[in-house]
Amino acid sequence: MKELRDPAVLRRLLDEIGAKAGLLGRTPRLMEVCGTHTMTLFKHGLTPMLAEAGVEMVSGPGCPVCITPNAVHEAAIAAVTRTEGLTLAAFGDMTRVPTRKGSLQAAVPAAGSRLRIVYSPEEALDEARREPGRQVVFFGAGFETTIPGIAYTAKRAAAEGLRNFSILPALWLIPPALRAILDAGEIAVDGFIYPGHVSAVIGAAPYEFVARDYGIPGAIAGFEPGDMLLGVRSVLDQALAGRAEVALEYGRAIGREGNAVARALMDEVFEPFDAVWRGLGKIPGSGLRFRAEYAGLDAGRRWGMAAETAEMADASDLAGCRCGEVLRGVIRPAGCPLFSKRCRPDSPLGPCMVSFEGACLIHFKYGPVRRARS
Amino acid sequence: MCLAVPAKIVRLEESGQGTASYMGSEVRANFSLVPRARPGDWVIIHAGFAISIVDAREARETLRLFKEMAATDRR
Repeated sequence: MKELRDPAVLRRLLDEIGAKAGLLGRTPRLMEVCGTHTMTLFKHGLTPMLAEAGVEMVSGPGCPVCITPNAVHEAAIAAVTRTEGLTLAAFGDMTRVPTRKGSLQAAVPAAGSRLRIVYSPEEALDEARREPGRQVVFFGAGFETTIPGIAYTAKRAAAEGLRNFSILPALWLIPPALRAILDAGEIAVDGFIYPGHVSAVIGAAPYEFVARDYGIPGAIAGFEPGDMLLGVRSVLDQALAGRAEVALEYGRAIGREGNAVARALMDEVFEPFDAVWRGLGKIPGSGLRFRAEYAGLDAGRRWGMAAETAEMADASDLAGCRCGEVLRGVIRPAGCPLFSKRCRPDSPLGPCMVSFEGACLIHFKYGPVRRARS
Repeated sequence: MCLAVPAKIVRLEESGQGTASYMGSEVRANFSLVPRARPGDWVIIHAGFAISIVDAREARETLRLFKEMAATDRR
């Protein structure tokens, strides 16, 4: 798909976008919800070029590592440091998040316990199968992209009757978070670039309320530079026509209906609840927890972590970290006094500087953003 | 963490597991979430699970669009 990176075509799309923004007569502000989109935009220099074309891009909450509150990270740290003979399996990014109790990576495990970095939830399950004498806890964090795989793994563990496997859930749903950002009214958003791979599971329908209730256009986009510019162009076309819809600019990889098999699995194992997000607070129906039939797999219950994780707000953030405001799009990373000074990739003070999808790390790596022309 | 990549299915097994080719190397993945996928199909793989089948016709359409834009540009 090198065609989607062809500089001449990208230039042409940027020119078209510039012309459309000019016709709008104002600088539209578009939120790219997904952290991987932020990465594409910065890696290919698109955010500054879009600013020159008169479109302001702002990063949203689409980084699961980042929006998981510190209290949940601390519960995982507590599990591996207080319990003997336990294997805590986690995605790599999750192990580096700094908390009041240090990070998972730097934590000293209890006797016989260890931390294992996995790429897939199934690797954690394999660990439990291989060593039936050890308790294996999988720190299951993710959005709708990741949740079906975690649900599949939970179902397998239940079917096999594995008594030494459990999951600490940190499962988040994107659409309720978008509603929370819109209802907070802290930031005016003229359009959304919806996450391509979350949409591979949930489809287009869950975003329809943004167009219908808020009149804000949006497009589901893929992850090549050309894909993203098609998404931006679509949003501007809608704005110019006075329309608001959920356009699909990533039809090659996903359908408007999403993946019904994946959704059914999620729904079978988990149920929604009012979860607390870093920076966004408690959002109705924005998290998933185990249904009663699968409660035996809930590490939170098994290890008594549930109480710690249920009711915590930003009190657990490290002093001065403004990751929460970055996740809401209210400030850019450079707006945080710690950014690139005390908080750097080798000495992060918050998750946004840790995760590969974290806005602070991406801004640090790929440089400052010029302001949009007005 | 939320990275997903396109890969081409090489082999599917009864268990739902299988292998796919990603940038020249074979990777293991679980294909249970895309029961209609067949060897030779391109899929999007995320955290060890294929979550979506790439629509070859739509992919060709995207390519056509970009090639067309490139061609107009050179005129």
